[in-house]
Amino acid sequence: MKLSLRMGSSLVWAVTAVLLVVAPWIFPGSFALTLLTQMGTLAIFALSYNMLLGQGGMLSFGHAVYSGLGAYVTVHALNLLGRGAFVTPLPLLPLLGGVAGLAFGVLFGYVTTKRAGTTFAMISLGIGEMVYACVLMFPGFFGGEAGISTNRTVGQPLLGLNFGPALQVYYLVAAWSFLCMLAMYALTGTPLGRMANAVRDNPERAEFIGYDTRKVRFLQLVLSAFFAGVSGALSCINFEIVGAENVSALRSGGVLLATFIGGIPFFFGPVLGAVIFILFVAALSGVTKAWLLYLGLFFCAMVLYAPGGVASLLLAQIGVIRAGKFGRLVVPYAAGAVACATALCGLIGIVESVYRLSDSTQGTAMRLAGLQLDAAQSAVWVGSSMLLVAGFVALRFAARFIGRRWTEVKAA
Amino acid sequence: MDFLLVQVLNSISYGLLLFMLASGLTLVFSLMGVLNFAHASFYMLGAYFAYQISRWIGFWPALVLAPLGVGALGMAVERFALRRAHRYGHVAELLFTFGLAYLIEEATHLVWGRSAVPYRVPPDLDGPLFSIMGTQYPMYRGFMMLVAVAMLVSIWLVLKKTRIGLVIQAALTHPQTVEALGHNVPRVFMLVFGGGVALAGLAGVIGGNAFITEPGMAAALGPIVFVIVVVGGMGSLGGAFIASLLIGFIQTFAVSLDWGLFGYNISQVAPVLPYLVMVLMLIVRPKGLMGTREG
Amino acid sequence: MEIRIKHAALAAALLLGASAAQAQLKIAYIDPLSGSFANVGEAGLKHFQAMAEEINAKGGINGQKVEIVGFDNKVSPQEALNQLKRVIDDGIRFITQGNSSAVAGALIEAVNRHNERNPGKEILYLNYAAVDPAFTNDKCSFWHFRFDANSDMKMEALTTWMAQNKNIRKVYLINQDYSFGQAVRKAAREMLNKKRPDIQIVGDDLHPLGKVTDFSPYVAKMKQAGADTVITGNWGQDMSLLIKAAKDAGLNADFYTYYAGGLGALPAMGESALGHVKQITEWHENVLPSSIEKWSQDFEKKYKVDFYYLRVRTAMQMFAEAARRAKSNDPKAVAYALEGLRFDTPTGEAEMRKQDHQLIQPLYLSTVQKTAAKGGPKEVKYDVEGTGFGFRTDAKLEASTSAQPTSCRMTRP
Repeated sequence: MKLSLRMGSSLVWAVTAVLLVVAPWIFPGSFALTLLTQMGTLAIFALSYNMLLGQGGMLSFGHAVYSGLGAYVTVHALNLLGRGAFVTPLPLLPLLGGVAGLAFGVLFGYVTTKRAGTTFAMISLGIGEMVYACVLMFPGFFGGEAGISTNRTVGQPLLGLNFGPALQVYYLVAAWSFLCMLAMYALTGTPLGRMANAVRDNPERAEFIGYDTRKVRFLQLVLSAFFAGVSGALSCINFEIVGAENVSALRSGGVLLATFIGGIPFFFGPVLGAVIFILFVAALSGVTKAWLLYLGLFFCAMVLYAPGGVASLLLAQIGVIRAGKFGRLVVPYAAGAVACATALCGLIGIVESVYRLSDSTQGTAMRLAGLQLDAAQSAVWVGSSMLLVAGFVALRFAARFIGRRWTEVKAA
Repeated sequence: MDFLLVQVLNSISYGLLLFMLASGLTLVFSLMGVLNFAHASFYMLGAYFAYQISRWIGFWPALVLAPLGVGALGMAVERFALRRAHRYGHVAELLFTFGLAYLIEEATHLVWGRSAVPYRVPPDLDGPLFSIMGTQYPMYRGFMMLVAVAMLVSIWLVLKKTRIGLVIQAALTHPQTVEALGHNVPRVFMLVFGGGVALAGLAGVIGGNAFITEPGMAAALGPIVFVIVVVGGMGSLGGAFIASLLIGFIQTFAVSLDWGLFGYNISQVAPVLPYLVMVLMLIVRPKGLMGTREG
Repeated sequence: MEIRIKHAALAAALLLGASAAQAQLKIAYIDPLSGSFANVGEAGLKHFQAMAEEINAKGGINGQKVEIVGFDNKVSPQEALNQLKRVIDDGIRFITQGNSSAVAGALIEAVNRHNERNPGKEILYLNYAAVDPAFTNDKCSFWHFRFDANSDMKMEALTTWMAQNKNIRKVYLINQDYSFGQAVRKAAREMLNKKRPDIQIVGDDLHPLGKVTDFSPYVAKMKQAGADTVITGNWGQDMSLLIKAAKDAGLNADFYTYYAGGLGALPAMGESALGHVKQITEWHENVLPSSIEKWSQDFEKKYKVDFYYLRVRTAMQMFAEAARRAKSNDPKAVAYALEGLRFDTPTGEAEMRKQDHQLIQPLYLSTVQKTAAKGGPKEVKYDVEGTGFGFRTDAKLEASTSAQPTSCRMTRP
């Protein structure tokens, strides 16, 4: 696994830390704050997922099981805390969630890691479905469909912080995020982390040099489940409710999407992916009803054209920038951006018109980027199609342009 | 006694429907190594296409045209998208079909709306096939079984008795060798993908009016089909057949039995039993019942 | 009214503009507006918008015009909480929601916590469809008002009617295996046992939610048990598939349901439901003669969706009335005026009970029949979603029939 930026990696960590601290001031408002908090939580979850997928080569369709069960344990602990059953400062609770995740990792991991590849994926799918069904069937522990609610302001305040205000929760999540990122990064450098890569790339060879691939996968999964449990606990503290959706296939699919979009081969990829995913799901969904379609198209486009994710696109530039040759790429990129924007405008025009028309009851007027348009008018359709086609054609030329320039730059 | 008979017939007809779905998936998976997450979505498209065609022309033309339409769509998907994803490995292909499933569902919402559509059994096939002591067995279920068996027979004939079938059979177990022998394996892939998907479409045509045609139908049957492919074994149509019937029986009879376990009825967990079977199978015998390859 | 379009580029859409003119009384509608349940959410939204228009045409409430703002919760409790944050950011003080008791539960808790931590900025929650009995029992809250009969109340009304029907001898229960289905089943057993101990419960099945495609095994069980009546809380495809399977197998039982008239159900079930599928609701379009017949037909023509939620109309009218009596649009004042309020609805008098904020209103038991135009009974004037099938009232159950005792211990501010 490529470790991005050996030199200057401490710069990257410093920048990350600073960003985490100042983010609430750049994006104020309680909705923005809750988005940032969710991004932090999902970042840990996605990083833990990438421990399995990117580093271990294990594609799992049921990772939400560990974060969800960790969340359930945390919510019960929080409720017990509120009743005075024991005393712990709230910031330490995610540790409990992590331990719960770890325990379930040991339990389920024992059977799932016997095989790798598609077999592993299918078992994880099956276990995910079973756990989800169990959650609905045993309302005693899981609170049924409505889930279990809690109050995070219970217990003794720590240094005057009772974690009621969302800002305090954000900083709690940010701190945990940073710690987990450090921990997971450190793990990649340990023998276990390295062997996980080896097992991913060539299990037979790993066996030859004496490592039990099964054990390696098992340990990797257990640790991944620990961090997933931590993220589940943080989600519980943020929302103050844990329900069946925490273990649902949707959640498992979501983290897969987020990790992939960010970039599987890179350590920081999942973090980027978490940010983009939350933007799509929470923010974009408030702007347009077609958000799911856009997300699906974006995801499919990424799979086909940039399987290394957004991170791969960004990191490819680093080498060029370092060599001081980025200036040569600006024009091709600008051309590509313009082509992309054109195609995007056309696509948005068509998609929004289709959605508006399919909802036969709203009337056909719609507002796009400040323009008042009528979805029933052929002008809108023709214009959008033309933009889309023009954009596509331009994109093909631009892509070739960029490709040519790249080869030049690389050769020089 | 009649209860038992009805349940057996129910199991068989449900199992055969599952087989129609699973056969296409097994073929595609065995040949191309692609576990098509969007397979159930093509099932759904088959049902919707059939609904639309039966509104314009009629049910019997729909029985032929809808699977062809779905197959054509599948071939297009393979040719223009899946082939690209192929170079990045199996995970990329899987992920692409994953995204495709979302897209197909959204597209269905847009075109046909989010509620169920009234895709009905044609009047000549509606009604009881026979009555045993007051319990009817619907004629349409019998029709479903007939179509499934006919399909099984024709797949068998194509695979065993035609040239292309010979190539496909060989490619099922040794795709690289077949390519080395000079066959146009990409074209075979495209045909098989289209064919597999068309089978799912056919299942949709039959199942859509027996059950409900609505956008959630893909998500309801999708995971079960994976279970069948896994339990039956990668690379084996016969295994898929046996697994489908097995799952059909398990699901039906688990409902009928009222055995209790720690205060919970086995019928409560009936729809989840297939997953348990799958997990057990993967632990004990990852090749599946009759699989020729693992993963 | 469509979803508010906020400014800022998609990539940095975190910064939200402050909402516009504060001179409007905004009500946030938090229900699914995208995804598989979007049609249900949209339908509810239109009901609220229609009522807002009517109220505004009469001058608004205390000088302010009412505006309904839609927020998409995607049927996820956690997403609903996200949307609640946006609602708070926008300065909206009233929310309404109905689809999914899970979401409702999360919202009640969140609203309670917010009101506790932010005195003076309280939010009021009008629940129009989430029927978990707990919300007006041990989870009751001063800030929550429920305008739909809860599932226990509906079962009370159902079983009271069933008790006097001597033809019912063997009852089969089938429900979805989650809190609502389990509640329906529990209530059915208890109440039937109390009112007609001679009725045999010949079967009691719980199946996972939304996972069963083939209900024929369950139907075969019903046949074998000789059931003449089935009680089910199933909704959506779980109900449609069950009814279809029952017709296919020739099961001659009456189905007593909660949601047979729900959006999309009758189009899916079609003929299979004819004559023996019943529902218990506060209203259906063939409750005639009625003072709102013309209004509901106008609504249908304008919004292209059936008028299904009489309780939304009742809720908005009672809300307006309470605000007028309190002479204020402040949530606390409105809440005090709303509890205990009695109101005249087209079906009879409704009362918002003070002790638990549960609306007590008359209920109707009705059966699916063909419309008069298609040869059915003459009372079935209007059909559902253009299917040619509509509902015919079997009985009207007065408000007092469904009322339930409550364990609510409400703390008032």
